[in-house]
Amino acid sequence: MTMQPLSRPKSMRTPLGRVRNLGAAHSGTKDFWRQRVTAVAMVLLIVPMVVVMMILLGRNQAGAAQILGSPPIAIIMLLFVIASIWHMKIGMQVIIEDYVHDEKIKLMSIMANNFFSVTLALAATYAIFKLSSGV
Amino acid sequence: MVKFALPRNSKVTGGKTWPKPEGATETREFKVYRWNPDDDSNPSIDTFYVDVNECGPRVLDGLIWIKDHIDPTLTFRRSCREGVCGSCAMNINGQNTLACTKSMHDVAADAVKVSPLPHQPVVKDLVPDLTNFYAQYASIEPWLKTTTPTPQKEWRQSRDDREKLDGLYECILCACCSTACPSYWWNSDRFLGPAALLQAARWVSDSRDEATGERLDYLEDPFRLYRCHTILNCTKACPKNLNPAEAIAMLKLKLVERQM
Repeated sequence: MTMQPLSRPKSMRTPLGRVRNLGAAHSGTKDFWRQRVTAVAMVLLIVPMVVVMMILLGRNQAGAAQILGSPPIAIIMLLFVIASIWHMKIGMQVIIEDYVHDEKIKLMSIMANNFFSVTLALAATYAIFKLSSGV
Repeated sequence: MVKFALPRNSKVTGGKTWPKPEGATETREFKVYRWNPDDDSNPSIDTFYVDVNECGPRVLDGLIWIKDHIDPTLTFRRSCREGVCGSCAMNINGQNTLACTKSMHDVAADAVKVSPLPHQPVVKDLVPDLTNFYAQYASIEPWLKTTTPTPQKEWRQSRDDREKLDGLYECILCACCSTACPSYWWNSDRFLGPAALLQAARWVSDSRDEATGERLDYLEDPFRLYRCHTILNCTKACPKNLNPAEAIAMLKLKLVERQM
């Protein structure tokens, strides 16, 4: 078994043609920017978030519902959930694109990442709404 | 998936230890990657002993000495022997650099270990196939593009604007940075890599160029540009002390800037 000889390339396409390939996607900047926005948001939210978690520690559901009934606290929790899950979704997609090279598996992984992130975000916001509205 | 292990035919096995030069009072051990496309064997690491009193101080001097005195089949690229042409880029003791500017006495390890630039197809011994790398450079269209009719004399540029090209124009395209980048290892078919992106930044930064927008359009892609995760291996590797990571960050900033 030898290395692929240079004289026998897999494709006859020119190197420049291969590099240009399908052209630029003209996207990526939005995700890049959102990744930074959510990162800064999490830096700002992490301390209030930890404080809320400390207050919630050891309380029963009624106690948690009472604390989360406060609009500022519920909003902090909601903001943190949205920022962190959005950040996670973009980050995971970058990892998939980095390491998964089979096109079919890549598309399925990205789809699964979207499903998982949306489900997690909706479940978390639903839980916060449910607790803060006291039902 | 990304390959974390070398393909079977790329695994390094064994290697020949060449006898120490006769009459040498002081020698330096060289461990050099060998691969010959003309037989079916795997790559190997050969051990050579260089008479340091007989040859110059740099790693390239050592390799030339080996070629002249021990094994004339040892294959590597070199030309200017003074860090200008970028031909003798190779991996020396784990760091991509130019063999002609790296002193063999600066290598702390017992042996000077030399292998070709990582993660590129090998043509022979220390010669990598950089076809894709050069095509990526060509793809960013590294020439002045203007619509305004060419002036009678030259395209003028203020001193301040000219200074914006410092740290960009000095690149010699040796490929040390791109082949040091893990993102480039995994996705070199789609990610342009630090060298081509630094050159793209050089043309985006040129005040005389009138195609800045089209240049940014070409780069705005999750793979071509945004595979850069600011790992900074490029900046660490650059033998000309340039900062490709900073140039790439500038490109990303310009892309954000034009949306705000």
